[in-house]
Amino acid sequence: MIAFIVLLLFAISGYILNRISARAIRDGGTRLHSVPGYHGLFSFFVVFVPVFVLILLWLALQGPVLDAIVMGRLPPGTLDDLGTGARQLLLAEIKSIAGGRIFGQPEDWKLAAGQDLVEFREFSYEALLILTAIFSAGLLIYARRKVSSEFRARHGVERIVSGLMILCSVVAIFTTIGIIASLLVETGKFLALVPLSEFLFGLNWEPQIPIREDQIAAEGAFGWIPVFAGTLVITVVALLVAVPVGLMSAIYLNEFAPRRVRASAKPVLEVLAGVPTVVYGFFAVLVVAPAFRGAGDALGVAVSPNTALAAGTVMAIMLIPFISSFTDDALAAVPQALRDGSLALGATRTETMLKVLFPAAIPGIVGGILLAVSRAIGETMIVVMAAGLIAKLTINPLDSVTTVTVQIVTLLIGDTSFDSPKTLAAFALGMMLFIVTLAINVLAVRIVRKYREIYE
Amino acid sequence: MTTSEAVKKSLAARNRKQVLFKGVGLGAVALAFLMLVVLVGSLLSTGYKALTQTHVTLEVFVDPEVIAAEKLPRGNFKKVLQASMQSLFPEVSSSREQRRLVGMLSNGAQFELRDMIVDNPALIGKSVTLTVPTSDPYDQLNKELIDRETPEQNRRLNDLEIEWFDQLKSAGAITSPLNTGLITNSDSRFPELAGLRGALIGSFWALFVCFWISFPLGIGAAIYLEEFAPKNRASDFIEVNINNLAAVPSVVFGLLALAVFIGWFGMPRSAPLVGGMTLALMTMPTIIIATRAALKAIPPSIREAALGIGASRQQVVFHHVLPLAMPGILTGTIIGLAQALGETAPLLLIGMNAFIAAAPGSPLDSSTALPTQIFIWADSPERGFVSRTSAAILVLLGFLIIMNSLAIFLRNKFERKW
Repeated sequence: MIAFIVLLLFAISGYILNRISARAIRDGGTRLHSVPGYHGLFSFFVVFVPVFVLILLWLALQGPVLDAIVMGRLPPGTLDDLGTGARQLLLAEIKSIAGGRIFGQPEDWKLAAGQDLVEFREFSYEALLILTAIFSAGLLIYARRKVSSEFRARHGVERIVSGLMILCSVVAIFTTIGIIASLLVETGKFLALVPLSEFLFGLNWEPQIPIREDQIAAEGAFGWIPVFAGTLVITVVALLVAVPVGLMSAIYLNEFAPRRVRASAKPVLEVLAGVPTVVYGFFAVLVVAPAFRGAGDALGVAVSPNTALAAGTVMAIMLIPFISSFTDDALAAVPQALRDGSLALGATRTETMLKVLFPAAIPGIVGGILLAVSRAIGETMIVVMAAGLIAKLTINPLDSVTTVTVQIVTLLIGDTSFDSPKTLAAFALGMMLFIVTLAINVLAVRIVRKYREIYE
Repeated sequence: MTTSEAVKKSLAARNRKQVLFKGVGLGAVALAFLMLVVLVGSLLSTGYKALTQTHVTLEVFVDPEVIAAEKLPRGNFKKVLQASMQSLFPEVSSSREQRRLVGMLSNGAQFELRDMIVDNPALIGKSVTLTVPTSDPYDQLNKELIDRETPEQNRRLNDLEIEWFDQLKSAGAITSPLNTGLITNSDSRFPELAGLRGALIGSFWALFVCFWISFPLGIGAAIYLEEFAPKNRASDFIEVNINNLAAVPSVVFGLLALAVFIGWFGMPRSAPLVGGMTLALMTMPTIIIATRAALKAIPPSIREAALGIGASRQQVVFHHVLPLAMPGILTGTIIGLAQALGETAPLLLIGMNAFIAAAPGSPLDSSTALPTQIFIWADSPERGFVSRTSAAILVLLGFLIIMNSLAIFLRNKFERKW
C-alpha cells in the first residue's frame, strides 16, 4: 500500500517538475512543440506505468514464491511422503503460525518455518519499497532530461495512452484465455483419474468417493449423462412456460395494447429481469415448491419436495422478460409497409400478426429463444436452491433432478484440495457447460445472421 | 356467392379469433404481472416480520458473589440472568424447568450484560434494567407464527413456556422495538442476533474493487475499439471475444477465479478482493457495450469540428467526445454494478459463503456478501431465518432499486438528442 503511495508521489512530482521546466523554456522565448501540460503528463506516465506493473507483478508472485522458498527450507525428508493435500495443510499451519495464531504445541521446525516466513515477508516488503523508490526516481530523472523545445511530448503521451487502451481491450482476450486454460488444465487432471469415455457416456453420477483409505463409501462414478439430462428437464420445463408467455406478452404489448398499458407494462417486465437469481431461488423454495406439493397431494400425485417443476417454473419467470424483449426487437425490425399492406388488404390485426409479421420475425425470435436456452442451462442459483442433489436419469418433471451447475457448486463448496477427482470433476462439468453454452450462443448468432431478411 | 358475401360470412369467425388472440395475449401479460405480485407479496408478507424483534425487559441484580470485579470480563453471567428470571417466577423449582426459563432469553443476552458491566464495573452489586432479545421460538410466538392450537408435542414451545411468556407479556415486560440489529449486527448462528453488517461491508468492498477494475479497463477498451481500432482480424477477434464473454454463465467465472486467483496466485479465499476481481471480469463486457453505444451516439459533427481546428485524434476523444458520452457511460456502469451486486454463484465458489461472525476490516479479510448471506440464511434450518432472509432480500432489492433509479435519473437528466 505504501509502495503505491510512494509511486503516486513520484509520478505527480514528475508531472509538476516537467511542467515547470517546460514553462520555463516557453517563458524564455523558445517555442515548444507540445504545451507544458503534455510534458508533465509524459513524465507522469513514464514513471507510473512501468512501476505500477512492477508492483502488481511483485504482489501477485510474492505469495507463491515465498511459499516455495519456505517449503524448500524445511528440514530434509519432511515432505517426502506427504500428498498435495497434506502439504497444503502444513503450509496453512505455518502461515497461521506466522500470523501469530498458534494452536497447541507445534514442533520446533514449524515455528522456525513460521519465523522464516515472517522475515521473508518483511524482507520482500522492504525490497519492494526500495525498488519502487529507485525505479521511480530513475524514470523521473529520465523523463526530466527529455524536456526540451523540440521534444514531442504529446506524441509520446498519445503513444503510451493508445498502448494502455490496447492493453485494456486485450484483457477480454486474457479473460477468455484464463477461462479456457483453467478449465483445460483441471479437466486434464480429472481425465488422468477418470477415463474420458466414462465421463462422456457413463450413466451414473456418484461423486461421493472415500476420503480416507478405509472409509466405507461408494466407489464414485463420474458419468455426466444423468446430470446433463436433469439440466435438460429443467430447461424444457422453463421454456414450456416462458416461451408462450414471453412471446404472447410481447405480441400483445406491441400490437394490441393501448399506449398507456404498453408504457407501464414494459418497465414491469424489465423489473422481473433485474431481480437477482438468488431471490428467485428463495422464492422457489418458499412459495412455488410447497404450492406444487400441495397441488400434488390434493390430486393424489407424489411430488418430490425439490421437483424439477418448481425450479423450472421459477426459471421461466426469469426468462419471460428475456424472450419478450427479443421478440419485441424482432417485431420492431419488420418494416411498417408489410403491416400496412396486410391491413389494407383487409386482414384483421390477428391475421396480420400470425401470417405476415410473425413469419418475418421468426429468425430473431428463434435466436432469442436459443439464447434463453443457454441462459437456462448456465443458470445456477435457482437450481442450487430449488433442485435436488442426486443425479437420476429420468424425464419425469415431478421427480427431483440435479443439474450441471448444482453439481459444480456442491462439489466445490468448502473444499480446497485440487487433486481429488471430486473437485476436479466440477471443472470437467464446467468445461462441458462452457462448450455447450458457447455452441448455443454461436448457433443463435448464426441463425439470426443467416435467415434475417434485409429490408430497405 | 360473391366474394364479398363470403367475406361477410367469415367475418364473424375471424373477429372471434381476433378477440381470442387478444385475450390470450392479455392473459400472458397478466400472468407475468401476477408472478411479480406473488414474488414481491410473498417477500413482503414474510419479510415485514423481521422488522421488529421481540425483546424482554428484566431487572437483573448483579450478584457480587457470582461476578467479581477483578475477574472481569469473566464471570457466570448466565447464572445472574437465571436468578433474575427465577425471581420473576418463584414457583418454578425444578432445575430442568429453570434452565428452560432462562432459555427464553437470547443466547446473546449474557454477552450484552457482560459488555454492560465491563464498561461500568460500578454496577456490580446493583440492579440493572436490561432489555434483551428473546430467543427465536418466543419471537415466533409473539409474531403469531407458532400456532397455539397445535398439539403440545408438535409445538416448539410447551404449554408451560407459553404460559410464562403470556405472564411476562401481561406484565408489560415484552416489547417489540424496531429491529435495528438486522443492519448493525454481524452474522450469528442465532436468528434473533443475526444481522447484515458483515455482508453489507463485504458487498461494499467487492463492488469497490469491481468498480475500480472494470470501469477504467472497460472505458479504455471501449474507446479503443470504437474510435481507434483498425478494421482488421485482430479487432474483430477482440469484439467476438467480448460478446461471448457477456454470455458465459456466471458459474464459469467462479471456476476461473477459483483456479487462477486462488489456486495459482494463492490469493486468500472468501476475500472481497477476489470477489470484486471476479465480478469485474463479468461486469467489464457490460460496461464496454454500454460505453460503445454512448460513444456511437455522439454525432460526427462534434468530432469533425474538433479535428477541423487542429485537435489530434486523442484530443478529440478525451476532450470532447468522452465528456459528452459520460452520462451514458455512467448509466451503463451503474446498471452493470447493480447486476454485480446481485451475482451469487461465482462468490459461492470462491468461498464467500463461509460463516463469519465479524465484519471485514479490509478487502483482504474473509467476509460474506449480501447475496451469499441470503443464500446462507435461506439454507439455515431455524424458522427465524425465513423472515430474516426475506428481509435481507428486501434490503438487496432496495439497493438495486436505488442504483437503477440513479441510472434512470442520470439518463433522463443528461441525455441529449442531437
